[in-house]
Amino acid sequence: MGSQMQPNDPTKLARDAAHPERTIVVGLAGQPNVGKSTVFNLLTGLSQHVGNWPGKTVERKEGTLSRNGTRLRVVDLPGTYSLTANSEEERIARDFIVHEAPDVIVMIADASALERNLYLLAELLVLPAPVVLGLNMIDVAEGQGINIEPHVLEAALGLPVIPLVASKNQGISELIATAENLARQPESFQPTRPAIAEPHRNVQAQVRTLLTGHVPAPYREDWIALKLLEGDMEVTGKAESWLPENNWSSIAALLKEHEDAVLDIASGRYDWIARMVRAAVIHPGLGQISLTDRLDRIAVHPLWGLLLLLAMFALVFWLTFTAAVPIQHWLDVVVIGQLQDWLAVTLASAPPWLADLLVHGVLGGVGIVVTFVPILVVFFTMIAFLEDTGYLTRAAYVMDRFMHFLGLHGKSFLPLFLGFGCNVPAVMGTRVIGSQSGRLLTILLAPLVPCSARLLILALLTPVFFGNQAAMVSWGLVSLNILVLAIVGIALNHTVFRGQHAAFIMELPIYHLPSLRSIGHFVWNNTWAFLRKAGTIILLVSIVVWALSSFPGGDVEQSYLARFGLSLTPIGQLMGMDWRMIVALLSSFIAKENAIATLGILYGAGEDGQGFAETMVAVVSPATALSFLAVTMLFIPCVATVAVMHQETRSWRWTLFGVLLLLVIALSAGVILYQGAKWLGIGV
Amino acid sequence: MLEQQEAFLDQCAPGARAVVSELRGGRGFASRLAGIGISVGCQVEVLQNPAHGALLVLVRDTRIALGRGEASKILVRESERGQSDAAE
Repeated sequence: MGSQMQPNDPTKLARDAAHPERTIVVGLAGQPNVGKSTVFNLLTGLSQHVGNWPGKTVERKEGTLSRNGTRLRVVDLPGTYSLTANSEEERIARDFIVHEAPDVIVMIADASALERNLYLLAELLVLPAPVVLGLNMIDVAEGQGINIEPHVLEAALGLPVIPLVASKNQGISELIATAENLARQPESFQPTRPAIAEPHRNVQAQVRTLLTGHVPAPYREDWIALKLLEGDMEVTGKAESWLPENNWSSIAALLKEHEDAVLDIASGRYDWIARMVRAAVIHPGLGQISLTDRLDRIAVHPLWGLLLLLAMFALVFWLTFTAAVPIQHWLDVVVIGQLQDWLAVTLASAPPWLADLLVHGVLGGVGIVVTFVPILVVFFTMIAFLEDTGYLTRAAYVMDRFMHFLGLHGKSFLPLFLGFGCNVPAVMGTRVIGSQSGRLLTILLAPLVPCSARLLILALLTPVFFGNQAAMVSWGLVSLNILVLAIVGIALNHTVFRGQHAAFIMELPIYHLPSLRSIGHFVWNNTWAFLRKAGTIILLVSIVVWALSSFPGGDVEQSYLARFGLSLTPIGQLMGMDWRMIVALLSSFIAKENAIATLGILYGAGEDGQGFAETMVAVVSPATALSFLAVTMLFIPCVATVAVMHQETRSWRWTLFGVLLLLVIALSAGVILYQGAKWLGIGV
Repeated sequence: MLEQQEAFLDQCAPGARAVVSELRGGRGFASRLAGIGISVGCQVEVLQNPAHGALLVLVRDTRIALGRGEASKILVRESERGQSDAAE
């Protein structure tokens, strides 16, 4: 559909305004857990475009629809409880409304918790955009005995109110038709607006007078004055830079004197809300026991909740191993393998290096990317399912007491746990965490969770070196990872992330049936994002590593990679490792399981695995093996994980920090274990 | 409603119903709470208050998990005492 995604530049807006058949820009706002994404999916269908807000790590979704020849561009704003700069999401939502000046805002509210939802409306109404209110989950509210008269509410608020049941596609077309009408007649928008409570009305007027003439467009003086009284850090910083020193010091004095204004403003908004809903809503009051109450007796119980959580994760892993792994194996061996064979035959007459590049470098890289897909699909489906039903926040609540030690919230538990399967969805799964610092810390810690590829290495190599004690050594090494994770978490929390402890305030939404459409969109958007962004990096790196391991000689032993490994011998010696083990470690960067294959090539006398194991036992001491395994378990994450670390943090600096941190930790662990064993005289 | 005892939310037993009387913790904290439904004068019901870990409260038809640190900055007047033996 051409150029629907172009940014909103002022000249275009001016041109559009002059043109009758312009594109109408709709901002979709709402608090979290109100079914906003369901509404967005119904409106935009497959026209969605998912990216990031410029310079931010927050997802930006938009899409278009056509109604009787009119094009509407729908921008899904981040779900926010209010519009004060408490979080990046809130800044994004209000910056969009202030700077991009949408023609109309559609705000979705949860009818079963209407008063709390209307707090956001109270904030929206002081911004310069007309608002349509969609009352979603009206059926759920009715089920709870809450009776809402949309027309009465509409009359009280002075703005259109449309009842919706988004999960059944009810009311959506009326909602968008109303929004389009309002966008065409913005002058008809005359809502009741909340006023600041009496004790501080005067103060707001004084602040506004001091601001007069110093507030640049598109900001408005009354809004700036309000946000100053609310203690909004971002607006405070801006106002300080706009104002002459005299005016600012007068305002600062006023703000200091009326520090309690924020409480008054909040209470004032809720008083306004109470007046608005008084005639429109009949509430049964307390004492009703809902389905959510009944389910929560188990889900948030200190003991049963924990057991339920373990059962859920057992299910996730069972699904992964019964559904995803066989498909992954099929893709890897049958599809990619046969493609490689076919290509090798086809290119038989081409120069050998070119054939090798395409077969092993390019197709090998594609193979790595593709084989991630089944696991990602299973994990993303489970995340979306658990989040959509409302269970995910219960899991976070139950785990919070344990995660607290690491300076993390319960919400970090899910991504970290997914890490046992694969670190890639673990890093991508950190999106469920609300706070930026919590998210970053979780991304840095996630690679310390041993993924299934590393567990496979343990399972293959420990019996070779440790015989009867293999299980014990494996458990020890897994525990070492968890221990290091805890130590690093605590250390980072007290250094880099000191003072950034975000308050734990989390809504537990009511349970509802998941929407297959929403789950489908989530899985598709995330998997596609991985293929598009991480996929290219993985492919490039795999070609580079192929080149390093194939040139100049054509086999690994004389390659640049081997020379590089040889040059690292001094470091290797500290850990008891020779160059072959170093090269195996380096090759594990592409994919962890490569370490085994590389050891096989470098130590293997023959084709059979038996020979390679015997050779290794003969030349490698248990102390060296232990240090090698520990380093492998803690080593820098694989290229796919690094790629998504960058994708999610949008910062090479943090990505590099994470990689170097793990490198230092892994090498230190190797040195300590080997030297310790030597000193104690064990296994040398 | 014989007595109107003031207490911090983290000291309230499960089942207790109270009215928020004061928020201590700065403007940012108050404004975050306001968005999710907690403001001075609103009704709170304590659903869970384990010895360790976060509380679970019901405010304006919304179930909210609150860290202990956060709950200890919310002053309430209890209107109905909970059963302290119901916890564990």
